[in-house]
Amino acid sequence: MVYFLFRRTLGFVLTLLAVSVVVFAVMNVLPGDPALTILGMDATEDALAALRDQLGLNEPLVARYFSWVWHAMQGDFGISHSFRVPVATLIAERLPMTVSLAVAGVVVTLVLALSLGVGAAAQHGRFGDWGVMFLSQLGIAVPAFWLSILLVMLFAVKLRWLPPGGFSGWSDPIAAIRSLALPTAALALVQSAVLARVTRSSALEVMRQDFVRTARASGLSQRRILWRHVLPNALVPIVTIVGMQFAALVTGTIVIENVFYLPGLGRLIFQSIANRDLPTVQALVMLFAAIVVTANFVVDLLYVVIDPRLKARA
Amino acid sequence: MYRLPHSTVFPVLALGLGFGLMAGAAQAADLVIGLQQEPTSLDPTADATASIDGMMTQNVFESLTIVAENGEVQPNLAESWEVSEDGLTYTFHLVEGVTFHDGTALDAADVVFSFDRAMGDGSVNPSKDIFEPIESVSAVDPQTVEIKLSGKDAFFLFNMGQGDSAIIAAESAETNNTAPVGTGPFRFDNWTRGDRLTLVKNPDYRDAGDVALDKVTFRFISDPAAATAAMLAEELDAFPGFPAPELLPQFESDPRFRVNVGSTEGEVILAMNNAKAPFDNVEVRRAVATAIDREEIIDGAMYGQAVPIGSFYPPHGTAYVDLTGAYPHDTDKAKAMFEAEGVAGQTMTLRVPPFPYATRSAEIIQAELAAAGIDAKVENVEWGFWIDEVYKKKNYDMTIIAHTSPNDMGNFARGPDYFYGYDDADFTALWNSIQTEVDAAKRDELLKQGQQMLSDQSVHAFLFQMPLLSVFRKEVQGYWASSPVLYMPLKGVSIAN
Repeated sequence: MVYFLFRRTLGFVLTLLAVSVVVFAVMNVLPGDPALTILGMDATEDALAALRDQLGLNEPLVARYFSWVWHAMQGDFGISHSFRVPVATLIAERLPMTVSLAVAGVVVTLVLALSLGVGAAAQHGRFGDWGVMFLSQLGIAVPAFWLSILLVMLFAVKLRWLPPGGFSGWSDPIAAIRSLALPTAALALVQSAVLARVTRSSALEVMRQDFVRTARASGLSQRRILWRHVLPNALVPIVTIVGMQFAALVTGTIVIENVFYLPGLGRLIFQSIANRDLPTVQALVMLFAAIVVTANFVVDLLYVVIDPRLKARA
Repeated sequence: MYRLPHSTVFPVLALGLGFGLMAGAAQAADLVIGLQQEPTSLDPTADATASIDGMMTQNVFESLTIVAENGEVQPNLAESWEVSEDGLTYTFHLVEGVTFHDGTALDAADVVFSFDRAMGDGSVNPSKDIFEPIESVSAVDPQTVEIKLSGKDAFFLFNMGQGDSAIIAAESAETNNTAPVGTGPFRFDNWTRGDRLTLVKNPDYRDAGDVALDKVTFRFISDPAAATAAMLAEELDAFPGFPAPELLPQFESDPRFRVNVGSTEGEVILAMNNAKAPFDNVEVRRAVATAIDREEIIDGAMYGQAVPIGSFYPPHGTAYVDLTGAYPHDTDKAKAMFEAEGVAGQTMTLRVPPFPYATRSAEIIQAELAAAGIDAKVENVEWGFWIDEVYKKKNYDMTIIAHTSPNDMGNFARGPDYFYGYDDADFTALWNSIQTEVDAAKRDELLKQGQQMLSDQSVHAFLFQMPLLSVFRKEVQGYWASSPVLYMPLKGVSIAN
């Protein structure tokens, strides 16, 4: 187990290092000049030169990279080129928004997908199963941004139950929940469509096995069989998909944040790439990479918890 | 039949009415404005982002002069000025008793500081060139500033009314990018990056009685569908620069809203790289101008909401000449012209920045050029790419761009290093005389010649003047319909009850 943790931690650090080199290289190869983006088409050469100097863009590339790594290791991610405030401040401002959305999205996805998936498996071949399969097919086919627009048109413009967008923080929890309701629904409906189908087929496979027949023969109730015997044994593929979906969810928030004009990390990275704001892009990509690698790690740990037989292989 | 006793109906009704009135009174002077472009800084003297001017200039920051909606230069922080006989020395008299929002007094030293900072060696002013004619700025006394020019400059007073020449205080210069301190009718209150920015009325403003709004909130919404939803849900009171012309009919037919189609200083052009074959050949450029159909482009790209232009000057300007008929649309003629010059069937790149007016126009122009036998390859690029590859490195054949600055015909006198690749000694000489001609009528004559010259040489294909599309709630009054500058003063805006 110690060896396992050591290997994973080393992999984690190497992944982040590789990501940082790639981001640095790509951002520098990509045509674009942060000074020109900030000062625009009427800027004079000497003003551009003065700004490049201020931003430290006149240092050699390799020196800039190593200086960045050195400071990042001490927890200093530098000053944003376009915002001119510490990158850490920018991320701290926006993290609560994106984390709230992602967590709400995962929770609603899990609740919806597991109950619909297991329900459909229990109703196999009957109307309920057919209904879940039809709805989930629809959910997979619908793009999240389009569903978002429909939700806004109905619940914000027509019925006026919820705001059409924006998020002003958790200082007013009721307003925050109201603001997050539509974006969460848009994220979760699409994600849970995929997961519900996986849950259903995985559950069906388990239900064909002998121990389920034995359980049924021993007179256990249908509900108890489903939730206590079928679901735990069907979890491995479900957890795999959830792990993958969590990564997709983080990127999915970029689209959702745009449609609901939420001040989150997704919009920040979008804007920073457009502005060639290297310190901000670098820190955000590292953060996203860390989240994805951590999610994979948690999935691997969960496998062992769900199915102790896998421990030997780890 | 069951009837509610009156005694229970009335208190409920009265309560409801009371809340309604209270809500009405509280909202009366709070204006919520939607903006598409989200700024990353708030200092107009250090960043060219247009929305900074839109929010800050002449609202929070003020300049010596101010440009009115009709383009006229009016006194602002300078209540009056004198110009010397030779037109080279301007003496500005500052308004008495002006204070910055932090309570410090404004005097001539602040003006000198602001100019030194904008003109100096380490200056990162996005329009540093407007200060080039200035030789020296000095304080005569605390209320008087003398500015000496090295040569006459017809646009000097106009340029002194821009956000680039805002008067700031030395103590707050370095923090204006996150906490702007100016002298204007509104003071900066709060900024949640990516979400909203709030201004509140400045009670110490010299004409505080003329300011109707108590609070102004800007909300940043880049997605056109989201902007529409926010307007329809009445989250916003106004959306100047509404991003989607195709969605305007929805607001026009809704009695809650008023739609306005105004004008801007933005000339949209199909720029051709004059320094590069085949566009170094005037006949090829004329053939392109003949191949394109402005009406079709305006209908398709702007849903009919724009005025065509035939040269590089706004149709609402005093010196405007209509040259849209110089190269009438004729596909067959254009085809013959391309064949005569030996470029028929050639492939050319059309690199387009990520703005709807440009990407939509590009598709139509591509089809029109194809009909005339030219294969234009449309490449949609993002802004960072465009400004580096197309603008700075001049690595393009054709592109579509709006030039949003006022008085920018001088772009054509910027020589071969500018991305037009256009270099004409006669035009440069003409522009120099325009820039130094302080008599407005004479200058207009020269500007007319300039328009004619650019059209004759068909430097670019001139498409249309960028409209200012705005949606307002009916109650919002006093908003500028058109803007001759990049800012929109909120001093005269009010909400009717």
